[in-house]
Amino acid sequence: MAFSNLTDRLQGTFKKLRGEAQITEDNIKDSVREVKRALLEADVNFNVVREFVAKTQEKALGEEVLLSVRPGEQFVKIVHDNLQEILGGETATFDLPEERRNVILLLGLQGSGKTTFSAKLSKYWKERELRPMLVACDVYRPAAIEQLKVVGGQVDVPVFSIPGSQDVVEIGRQAMDFARRENRNLIIFDTAGRLHIDEVKMDELIALRDFIKPSYTFLVADAMTGQDAVNSAEAFNSQVGIDGVCLSKLDGDARGGAALSIKNVTGKPIVFASTGEKLDELELFHPDRMASRILGMGDVLTLVETAQKAFDEKQAADAMKMKNRLMRGEFDFEDFLQQMSMIGRMGSLSKIMKMIPGLSGALSDEDLHQGEGELKRVKRIINSMTPKERRNPQLLAGSRKLRIAKGASVEVSEINDLIKQFNTMRKQMSMMMNTPQAKEAFGGGGGSKFTKATKESRDRKKKKKKQQRDQRKKRK
Amino acid sequence: MAEEKNGLLSKLSQKLFKPKTVVREVRRLAGLKSKVDADFLDEMEDILIHGDVGVETTQKIIEFIRKDPRTHKETDPHIIVDLMYDAMFEIFQQDERKLAFGPQKPYVVLVVGVNGTGKTTTIGKMALELTNQGKEVLLIAADTFRAAAVEQLGIWANRTGCGLVMRPEGSDPASVCYDGLTCADAKYADVILIDTAGRLHTKIDLMEELKKIDRVIKKVMPGAPHETLLVLDATTGQNAINQAKIFNEAVNVTGIVMTKYDGTAKGGIIVAVRDIFKIPILKVGVGEGAEDLRDFEPQEFVDALFAE
Repeated sequence: MAFSNLTDRLQGTFKKLRGEAQITEDNIKDSVREVKRALLEADVNFNVVREFVAKTQEKALGEEVLLSVRPGEQFVKIVHDNLQEILGGETATFDLPEERRNVILLLGLQGSGKTTFSAKLSKYWKERELRPMLVACDVYRPAAIEQLKVVGGQVDVPVFSIPGSQDVVEIGRQAMDFARRENRNLIIFDTAGRLHIDEVKMDELIALRDFIKPSYTFLVADAMTGQDAVNSAEAFNSQVGIDGVCLSKLDGDARGGAALSIKNVTGKPIVFASTGEKLDELELFHPDRMASRILGMGDVLTLVETAQKAFDEKQAADAMKMKNRLMRGEFDFEDFLQQMSMIGRMGSLSKIMKMIPGLSGALSDEDLHQGEGELKRVKRIINSMTPKERRNPQLLAGSRKLRIAKGASVEVSEINDLIKQFNTMRKQMSMMMNTPQAKEAFGGGGGSKFTKATKESRDRKKKKKKQQRDQRKKRK
Repeated sequence: MAEEKNGLLSKLSQKLFKPKTVVREVRRLAGLKSKVDADFLDEMEDILIHGDVGVETTQKIIEFIRKDPRTHKETDPHIIVDLMYDAMFEIFQQDERKLAFGPQKPYVVLVVGVNGTGKTTTIGKMALELTNQGKEVLLIAADTFRAAAVEQLGIWANRTGCGLVMRPEGSDPASVCYDGLTCADAKYADVILIDTAGRLHTKIDLMEELKKIDRVIKKVMPGAPHETLLVLDATTGQNAINQAKIFNEAVNVTGIVMTKYDGTAKGGIIVAVRDIFKIPILKVGVGEGAEDLRDFEPQEFVDALFAE
């Protein structure tokens, strides 16, 4: 339990609740306490938790829960709504007109990831038809300017710096001149990491702000920060003023986090989420999705959206065809491969698994990593088959297997394993697809077709047997 | 020197490790309540967690207090403060030691941690301390991933006059370590400090890379690394426990360096990490200055916690 994350903890709580027919005052108190503990364990700020718990309790003990038919779900909803409220309603939008010189100021504690983030941000807006440039105002950390130049080069965005200068206002002044000369309409200032209690450095930041007059000032905050996150955010906000927060290192396993309560304390939205070391791994932050994710309802919204992107219309038609084939039990290696590539387009296995409710905790990162390797191997094997073999798996005999094994650089036994797995899967699939529930889910109608389907398959079996009989006769 | 000592003490009691406020909170609570009961302990649990002490360790401390016969005998809740002192001091007493940089020569120190905790800066500060003591130090720049990380270490090498082994960005970090440990300078060095790229403990490939670095070091120089330091950011919350767990599983961490302790972070997670993994805290970073990397003093530390 010690290392479980917020989602797991909350899922545990709800599992307990779902077992109850009715929520009593007593068991709600227990769960509220567990929710509170879970939130604290996930680094949500103490005061935010207290407020949250008070609100949840108030609502949960009200009539609506006691009168509702399924109290467990009702409670999930209350927790979810309250969480979402803390995370802050809508997704943020920006106003960065092309004809103006837009200025963005980035600030934060040491090591929160400002330099990497500034490059990501410049790439983000470059792709949205702005002409960004980066300004190196970290005059303290050794090689910080060098670092910005390198990442700026990687995203092909000009980097302005004055080697040896310690005067950030002067750097700001010359950078604005540079922007005018080079016709840049987005100027992103990367500043040195500083403690919010370091008065000299805070003053420096204020002087820079007053000179460059940023359109937006973003605080870059580490998603792993503990209880102190609100203190630094509050200080930066009250002294310099921020318009939004960018969460970095969200690809780690500290995804609940006190950083979320920054929103509650500063009133400023969390705008961006940094989800990897590559310079294109930057996403707009979706508070509603985060609330769902924390609740263990899975990031269903994200999953749906990514799935939508991956499927185009043609593929939707293909999927329909495949559905029909599945129902008839005619699933072959071609379908298998197509399905795998569809999933592949949605992102890595681990990313997808984390979005699916109930699965986030079931598999460790190591399992997923192994699974990904396995998938690649399977893909290699299928790709080494001829189209004919893929459509007719029963063709796969000794010499063909040997050829495929060579092509995919695997052992023949691995191919045998795959075929065995494939056959069981095919059997299971046609069984599954022919249940009334599946038919309903896939728009196949009610349970009445159940008998028809089984009759169809019975007919097919008869046909097959007849064919086999004929073949035997021929051999004779 | 006396002044320096005072400086540290006051830094410790003023800024470092805010559970001093935890103690104040508990005292406030004791003033409100007339006896130690379940509610009191529940309330205390929250206060400790608020200090980032960590849920598991908090429960352990509460359990320690609950079991102590004094808790039930005494009607004065102020006894709790004494009991907390005992509980925390016990945690810090186990296997406490100092970072000695010897007796082996060269003494190889591998520095690891997640992104942005201050690994390179910590190495720079250690290099300065060691060269001031007249020791020969060699730096190995095995962070070949982050842009300009090698340059950053290079600047520290220039400042301190240490040798530096470096390869172009993108080189295999394990091979940089191999080159560093087999080069001629390595034979004359008293201490070799190896800087690695920051990596999130959840990235399996990067953790495998780290294991490879460790394997190569062990192979080239049996007995090395003599010290594997995990650098933790004091502002980190519960995630520090995960970090310590996974890094320790990967490369067997022998000591912890807590950085950025001069902020307002309560940094109580240090108690939890110390308690769960029994890994000693060896250094504490209390400022940006090169001399602001101090030895961790548990006695002073716990005293500072409970000083009024």
